[in-house]
Amino acid sequence: MSALETNTMPDRAAALPGPRVGGIDTRDVHAWFDRHHVLHGITLTIAPRQVTSIIGPSGCGKSTFLRCLNRMHELVPGARVGGQILLDGGDIYGPGVDPVLVRRRVGMVFQKPNPFPTMSIYDNVAAGLRLGGDRGGATLDEIVERSLRAAALWDEVKDRLEKPGTSLSGGQQQRLCIARALAVSPEVLLMDEPCSALDPAATLRIEELARQLAGDITIVIVTHNMQQAARVSDVTGFFLNGELVELGVTDQIFTRPKDKRTEDYITGRFG
Amino acid sequence: MIAAGPAYRRRKIINAIMSAATALCTIAVLVPLFVILLFLIRQGAGSINREFFTHLPGAAGEPGGGMANAIAGSLVLIGLAGVIGVPVGVLGGVFLSEYPGSKFGHVVRLMADVMNGMPSIVMGLFAYTVLVLPMRHFSALAGGVALGVMLIPTVMRTTEEIVRLVPQSIREASLALGIPQWKTMVRIVLPTAAGGIVTGIMVGLARIAGETAPLLFTAFGNRFWNWNLLQPIAALPLQVFSYAIAPYDDWHRQAWAGALVLVAMILVINVTARSFAARQVNLP
Repeated sequence: MSALETNTMPDRAAALPGPRVGGIDTRDVHAWFDRHHVLHGITLTIAPRQVTSIIGPSGCGKSTFLRCLNRMHELVPGARVGGQILLDGGDIYGPGVDPVLVRRRVGMVFQKPNPFPTMSIYDNVAAGLRLGGDRGGATLDEIVERSLRAAALWDEVKDRLEKPGTSLSGGQQQRLCIARALAVSPEVLLMDEPCSALDPAATLRIEELARQLAGDITIVIVTHNMQQAARVSDVTGFFLNGELVELGVTDQIFTRPKDKRTEDYITGRFG
Repeated sequence: MIAAGPAYRRRKIINAIMSAATALCTIAVLVPLFVILLFLIRQGAGSINREFFTHLPGAAGEPGGGMANAIAGSLVLIGLAGVIGVPVGVLGGVFLSEYPGSKFGHVVRLMADVMNGMPSIVMGLFAYTVLVLPMRHFSALAGGVALGVMLIPTVMRTTEEIVRLVPQSIREASLALGIPQWKTMVRIVLPTAAGGIVTGIMVGLARIAGETAPLLFTAFGNRFWNWNLLQPIAALPLQVFSYAIAPYDDWHRQAWAGALVLVAMILVINVTARSFAARQVNLP
């Protein structure tokens, strides 16, 4: 945990991919929408197999930052990214790096549950593998079951896997989307305000799930809800106006923030 | 109790007048359709029998005979038009929806809209110039090309609209799984839009099924069976046209019957399109 006291880890050999544990280092990351400069040099470390939450007021760039981590930001016409993002030591923006392969290692769950409307529950989970992933020797059935179990959805859907994914409740749909993301075995799972469309009970289940998953993969969760960040994360980063104000152990951020602006935000003085 | 003042009465009256006006306009739309249908049935139904669907046209002035070759010819021409128009239209529509801002896209969209409004006889002239003249004879192929080119803009614009309706969140879900863009389009976006696209194709086919002008000097018509795409072929609208202007009463009756069959075919295509529209996935 000592590395977290400063905002960066010691330099690693960028060109040499390390073991695949899902650690992320960002170095001076900038992002633009056309001329609009939304991230002003974010440098931080996301520890592997932990839950890192990113909080901040609307428009602070936290979702944009998240979308830079799996190269989704560049899909918006006119969007650009600068700087380096190292996934286990390899720069995902390096020359010749295929964004498709980056996204298989860094999965994503969105604000609103978005299961594929034409597909059954089973096919939703299998989609990533059927359309390009690596099954690692396991059969599709095994992976679908394993993913649905990991997303704490298996017991609720095992008897109706052929039903449309959209027939589930909102909370179940979101867990289906998590299962779908897990099926391609990512090292990192990004969650972009995954509970903002859900009721409190469903929210709680997603939070528990994030805690459980952190045993195996790295979770980065963007949230508007400070209580959620406090409940779910090991490390919390506070963003403001496209800059990282403070990153630290969640406990410390919420009890003894170092920066005055962090304190103002978490005590509700703005935002 | 709330008092009903003069303003309330005035509102009631205006409401009654406007309701009546909209109802009248609706009837005005429906009346011609039903009058035409009834007229067609009255004039044509009498001549519709087994012979009409199984026999070739009889000799001039002789009673009897049918339009079997024209019905088959129309189906061949519609099929040809589909083979030409559907792939170009669907792929073009996908391009327009995926690259909405591109300069080339703007030009293509404009051209498609111009083509959509182009008189159908011009399409016939086009096919006549590029196919009939070099080949030195009329052919089913030329007719199919004329109709197919007419089909392209309808299919392209419908596909564009429907594919664009597929929410961005669905594409993002797919791309974030590490599914390449082309597979996202072919396996995720297009199936989501399939019902709407098929409906667009059917409506386009129904529109060209009744076209006569583009066939006059391309498919030309044929009094006999023909399965050779490089030879002239019969078509229902053409047959109706030539029978309607002929001086024989029996042919007039057959023309009515042909028109009735044509309208029935178009109706069937449209109803089928409806069933596909109903199958369209409800997009969130």
